[in-house]
Amino acid sequence: MAEGLKKARVVIREDECKGCGLCIAICPEGVLFEQKHLNRMGYHPAGYRGEGCTGCGFCFYQCPEPGAITVYKKGYVEEEVA
Amino acid sequence: MAKQLIKGNEAIVKGAILAGCRYYFGYPITPASEIAEAAAFYLPLVGGTFLQAESEVASINMLYGAASGGIRAMTASSSPGISLKQEGISYAAGAELPMVIVDIMRGGPGLGNIGPAQADYNQIVKGGGHGGYKLIVLAPNCAQEMCDLTMLAFELADKYRNPAVILADGFVGQMMEPVEFPEPVKKLPEKPWAIKADSDDENRLISSIDLELEKLEQHNLELFKKYADIEANHVKYENYLLDDAEIVLIGYGVVSRVLQTVVDELRQRDIKIGMLRPISLWPFPKKQIAELAKRVKEFFVVELSAGQMVDDVRLAVNGKIPVHFYSRMGGVVPSPEEIIEQLMKLNEAN
Amino acid sequence: MAKALIKADSFYEIYERKDGIKDVTHYCPGCGHGVLHKLIAEALDDFGIREKSILISPVGCSVFAYYYFRLGNIQAAHGRAPAVATGIKRVHPESVVISYQGDGDLAAIGGNNILQAANRGENITVFFVNNAIYGMTGGQMAPTTLIGQKTTTTPYGRNVVNEGYPVRVCELLATLDAPVYIERVALTDAKNTSKVRRAVRKALQNQIDNKGFSLVEVLSACPSNWKMTPVQAKQWVEDNLIKQFPLGVYKDLTDQIKPKKAEKQVFSVDGLKEKLNIPMEEEKYSTSVKEAKEFRNMKLKIAGFGGQGILLLGLGMAQAAMQAGYNVSWLPSYGPEMRGGTANCHVNISKERIGSPLVSKPTVVIAMNLPSMEKFQSEIEPGGLLLYDTSLITQKPVRDDIKVLGIPATQIADNLGNTRIANMVIMGAFIAYTSVLDKQAVINALPFFIKRKNLIPLNEKAIVEGMNYVLSSN
Repeated sequence: MAEGLKKARVVIREDECKGCGLCIAICPEGVLFEQKHLNRMGYHPAGYRGEGCTGCGFCFYQCPEPGAITVYKKGYVEEEVA
Repeated sequence: MAKQLIKGNEAIVKGAILAGCRYYFGYPITPASEIAEAAAFYLPLVGGTFLQAESEVASINMLYGAASGGIRAMTASSSPGISLKQEGISYAAGAELPMVIVDIMRGGPGLGNIGPAQADYNQIVKGGGHGGYKLIVLAPNCAQEMCDLTMLAFELADKYRNPAVILADGFVGQMMEPVEFPEPVKKLPEKPWAIKADSDDENRLISSIDLELEKLEQHNLELFKKYADIEANHVKYENYLLDDAEIVLIGYGVVSRVLQTVVDELRQRDIKIGMLRPISLWPFPKKQIAELAKRVKEFFVVELSAGQMVDDVRLAVNGKIPVHFYSRMGGVVPSPEEIIEQLMKLNEAN
Repeated sequence: MAKALIKADSFYEIYERKDGIKDVTHYCPGCGHGVLHKLIAEALDDFGIREKSILISPVGCSVFAYYYFRLGNIQAAHGRAPAVATGIKRVHPESVVISYQGDGDLAAIGGNNILQAANRGENITVFFVNNAIYGMTGGQMAPTTLIGQKTTTTPYGRNVVNEGYPVRVCELLATLDAPVYIERVALTDAKNTSKVRRAVRKALQNQIDNKGFSLVEVLSACPSNWKMTPVQAKQWVEDNLIKQFPLGVYKDLTDQIKPKKAEKQVFSVDGLKEKLNIPMEEEKYSTSVKEAKEFRNMKLKIAGFGGQGILLLGLGMAQAAMQAGYNVSWLPSYGPEMRGGTANCHVNISKERIGSPLVSKPTVVIAMNLPSMEKFQSEIEPGGLLLYDTSLITQKPVRDDIKVLGIPATQIADNLGNTRIANMVIMGAFIAYTSVLDKQAVINALPFFIKRKNLIPLNEKAIVEGMNYVLSSN
């Protein structure tokens, strides 16, 4: 058995983000932020500060884009990614 | 096989079930209600489903849903009800869904009356819904054809993934005649495109929308290629004593029955007269009419409308010989004597 | 809960059907549709029902839901998703059918369709997105638009005098007996969103369990047409929409209802003709009668009051004649004619192919009341026959170029104990006089048109009486 993730982590696919800001507004830890640069669609994509995600998933369920946000919780085993 | 004395409307239902139809969605309206009633009676007995919808609009859309599932299904109504179904018919034509729709025409416009009429020709043959499309339109003139053409309608609808219509008038629907029912269709065609609730469904889509202009144009072009194929292969008509005819009567549905009597009577008076009866109203027997126009003296078209099919006759004839027209409306069917009188008047005028 | 929140398998990885950028949806930033899509797709994954699920896309912003859901997809006409769902669910009862609709689609143009699908208790799941505005067409008034709310078609705000009040769908549908589960939820904060997630799963589970109709109304933000930021729009749902459309469960019979499992229909033609009441063998009967020449192509008009069995008399003749080898047609006057009105039918009996089923110049008129005799005797072909009931018609026919046969049919029937068999007395008289059919032909036909078998002997007696009357008068 591979060891799971030690810390939760959120991954944002910037290309799919429409910059609506709902994930940033909902994040209880305040670890998401609006990035300065523009993505291919002309939006300021959300970004993760790289620390502090608890894996609560609030952002995932606020984000309207099916693939824009992925949340890996503590204990998640990378190999599960098919 | 034995003959059964049966109403045209009921023969449709038996024909449909013999053709493998097991689903009916409809709404009552005179003079088509016997179709719904017979479907409600027989379908549960053969493991099928009859559902009385909340409206004509709902019934055509239930049919749209059911036809998406790849089975054989139908609806029936009469003129005002068909008007209501037109949106759904256009969607079905666009989404290329095979289905059978029966229109037992009655007097109009508006609520009109329940007498027989043929004023839905344009709304069915030329398309009563939006967008450019064609329906396969078959016009029976007797109870036997109510059965046979319904079965053919299912076959053609499936073959071409296109809605097919049985266009009949109130008299053909209400009339009882002997019918010899054929053997049932034992195996239905495979429909790989249909929604089946299985793992291949992710590759299937029933839809009539395409926002990309060129793609939608391409879809239209493909539809019309399909229509051309139908036109080339499925024109149906009947020639009645045409070999030496100089005057050719043209009529469909109950009118063609009256015209037969006219021909029979005038033949006894040694008048060289015959009848061409379009059985498929679309595709229309325009080539046959154009050919006839080369060798006969005149056409005489009779309709239970102010003149709808006659336009197609005139297009086919293209001004080569006279096309006369006579009609009755409001549910009135002309008698043979009345038509003979008209023909005699014409003869005097010539 | 899963160890990762990842794009659901029930979404296509790449949206091939979509034009342009193929890995993002067409929805605006902050739109509620995408979130609801995710919750549905996640549930389909978790329940393992993706492969048997069918999505009905409506007309509205979610018209392209089929771009995204990796399911069987059907796109429906505006408002008709519940009818389309009904059709496909009846064909595939084992499937999971989702009708996904917006407020204009469901509550305005498709109002009756959702009402009736709910009332039939269709075993489908409806997700109803209420954002109080028409999104796709650019922000017009919806049936759920709030009072005073400005839209492009209520530029001065929705005015109840002109436009009426916002429609509360859950409250309306909850009055019906059939629906199993109706709840209104809102896509706002994390707490409310988790309620949406639960409701979505419950509504799907009910369908999987064959419990019946479930509807979840989802209050949802439309930042673009509300002209707000996505964050403001969510707040507006909280502050305004929820006030007009209170959240909660409006109906829930989930724990009480007994599942109704619908079996998938198996196509079969076994015994089909029997079930359709199609006769298997020819009725072997060849009439021994000599064909009277003047009745070779018999055209009959039969008329009288409704209730005299006029149509049945014609039908009986046609049935008997068919069995005796003739071509026949029978055409009724049809429509809302009740007893006491008039009834008539046209019958052709011929050895030749029958032309007009409509009889304009009858060779035989059977009149069972005075108005019918007055109306139709002038039409009879010279040399034809007028057969009439002298019990009810005391006047004499005026024509002298036709054959006339009067018979007190109703009186004879009354003597037999039932005036309603006067029609069969007439039948007897008719066959005796014309010889177009013999007695046996009619007796053979009786079971085909007399539905109540116990009345057959009486009908037979009436026929014999009618025949005897004619034969004894000759």
